[in-house]
Amino acid sequence: MLEIKDLHAAINGKEILKGIDLTVRPGEIHALMGLNGAGKSTLSNVLVGHPAYEVTRGSVTFNGKDLLALSPEERSHEGLFLSFQQPVEIPGVSMVNFMRAALNAKRKYQGLEPMSAGDFLKLMREKRRIVELDSKLANRSVNEGFSGGEKKRNEIFQMAVLEPLFSILDETDSGLDVDALRIVAEGFNKLRTPETSALVITHYQRLLDYLRPDFVHVLIGGRIVRSGGPELATEIENRGFDWIKAGIPEE
Amino acid sequence: MNSEQQYIDLYDRYGEVIASHSPALLNGLRRQAYEDFRRLKFPTRKSERYRYSDVPAAFAPDYGLNLKRLDIPVNPYDVFTCDVPNLSTSLYFVVNDAFYDKARPAAPLPQGVMVCSLREAAEKCPDLLQAHYGRLAPTGEDALTALNTMLVQDGLFIYVPKNTVLERAVQVVNILRSDVDLMVNRRVLVVVEEGAQARILFCDHAADDRAFLATQVVEAFVGENARLELYELEETHVKNHRFSNLYARQAAYSTTVFAGFTLHNGFTRNRTDIVLAGRGAETSLYGCVIADQEQHVDNNTLIDHQAPDSHSTELYKYVLDDRATGAFAGRVLVRAGAQGVTSQESNANLCATKEARMYTQPMLEIYADDVKCSHGSTVGQLDEQALFYMRQRGIAPEEARTLLKFAFVAQVLDVLKLDALRDRLHYLVEKRFRGELGKCEGCKFRK
Repeated sequence: MLEIKDLHAAINGKEILKGIDLTVRPGEIHALMGLNGAGKSTLSNVLVGHPAYEVTRGSVTFNGKDLLALSPEERSHEGLFLSFQQPVEIPGVSMVNFMRAALNAKRKYQGLEPMSAGDFLKLMREKRRIVELDSKLANRSVNEGFSGGEKKRNEIFQMAVLEPLFSILDETDSGLDVDALRIVAEGFNKLRTPETSALVITHYQRLLDYLRPDFVHVLIGGRIVRSGGPELATEIENRGFDWIKAGIPEE
Repeated sequence: MNSEQQYIDLYDRYGEVIASHSPALLNGLRRQAYEDFRRLKFPTRKSERYRYSDVPAAFAPDYGLNLKRLDIPVNPYDVFTCDVPNLSTSLYFVVNDAFYDKARPAAPLPQGVMVCSLREAAEKCPDLLQAHYGRLAPTGEDALTALNTMLVQDGLFIYVPKNTVLERAVQVVNILRSDVDLMVNRRVLVVVEEGAQARILFCDHAADDRAFLATQVVEAFVGENARLELYELEETHVKNHRFSNLYARQAAYSTTVFAGFTLHNGFTRNRTDIVLAGRGAETSLYGCVIADQEQHVDNNTLIDHQAPDSHSTELYKYVLDDRATGAFAGRVLVRAGAQGVTSQESNANLCATKEARMYTQPMLEIYADDVKCSHGSTVGQLDEQALFYMRQRGIAPEEARTLLKFAFVAQVLDVLKLDALRDRLHYLVEKRFRGELGKCEGCKFRK
């Protein structure tokens, strides 16, 4: 589904990613762990095409297509979704108008007619239940005045509406209390299918306990320095990153 | 030759013609206006209230005038179909400066209410007209008011007698119509007496692809406990020059809303002067400007708190694209002794390109000590983070920008009390941002 080869990327001329190789097959969940500044968010931003980041080398293919040649909105239409670490507040744009614009843009890309207002509202109602999002929130401006937990639930709600093939959860667990974390994680699990996969960026074991990743990768200094099964996350939770860092040869 | 000279020459040469085709009452102020105009000359950018608009340049071209008041063949019902659903206003037309007296409003106006030409008012109620015409618009202070008073030949009269409530809004569609480049001088007199209530909607349209220079002076008298809502919607074109001076005076405990929406224009300069003369008088001023290409919109306001416990709110929002220029200068004056005044003034602007320019100047001048006043302004760009967030969700950049711009002005649109008009404006503004509002919406032109 997603194949990253020797990916190098920079922001403001500073190289952050220094050769990432990663393959994600349909149905798989990959966890990405690492210290702050290791390049985890850079990787997610590069994948969704954030204009501030420059790819200096390497390739990314997504379902056979050259992902890096696509615009951010085309990547979205192709099935790529980012649950933002810090979801943006957009005062004055209602959740309803925002999601309708997003969904109909995707439908247009797929050659489908725009969804009728009635069907759309029904869909919103249905998807809201997945993350127990209050109907009042759905009628408000995008993320405006939402608490940290509500913002993250709203991200998963949008994911539910857009039904992406590949989702990136960028520290979706940060700032969540245990109940909100459970709701978000269970919401995500309800959306899983054998065809969908995800990259989950996190510092903590707790989210992974819910999501049960197939693979865990450790990103340090812009490279994946260690990969393993779910037991790697447990080990990091217990021992930290120092023992991994100690095993990396100095540049 | 100075820009003003051609207008002085015009008056010297055609003063008799102008007067002989006008109601006598309008001629009474003409000579004084002429003297004032000669003395004042067109304001330059050195003049405090005209810092942001080049008036002499706008008046320099030689426009035609219809001084002999030849009939301009037009049936407004043919060129204009207002499709604001459920608005159900009492609909009238003004073609250039002439009230269209064959209007067929859907329902009769309440007893005593008048919506007619100044000419008709001069015949039917000369005392009423005499008591109000020119009383609020001083020709000695503003050259454009002087020029309008010097050249004006007719206009619109709206009168709502004591304790009369107009359930239906009065909608006046101003249509600029000409086969040659034309100067139009329009005059509007609104009298809302004690305890009366009225909502008035002016829609400015240009029906021909000609250059127009339109001056307008509006005088609005609002009696004690009266309520007036006056909405102005400009949907003209890039060859239109609009100079509007509105003067209002409010008696005790009266309430007004003045809202201007510039959706499509060329060069627009709106002066709005509100005098809160009576205790407890309250006004809300709103403005929404959407401009692109080389369009220019300058709103200049004065709220004069002369009486205690008077209140004002002011909110103007601009969205400027391409190389458009916008200006907002709002002065709030609280006179000595006007205790208990509250006033909020705010101007927020969005420059969507690097070339768009906004000049903003909120001003507070306070001579009383027990007041609560605030003022502020902002100029910003579209939020790049929000744009990217929307693109990640699949929304194309153009659409994302439209949504953000629309969100920015929605705050002003939503103050409208006329639901149907508000909905209609939402629709028009959205179309405008999508670039689908090249010409007047609702106008169907027939040659």
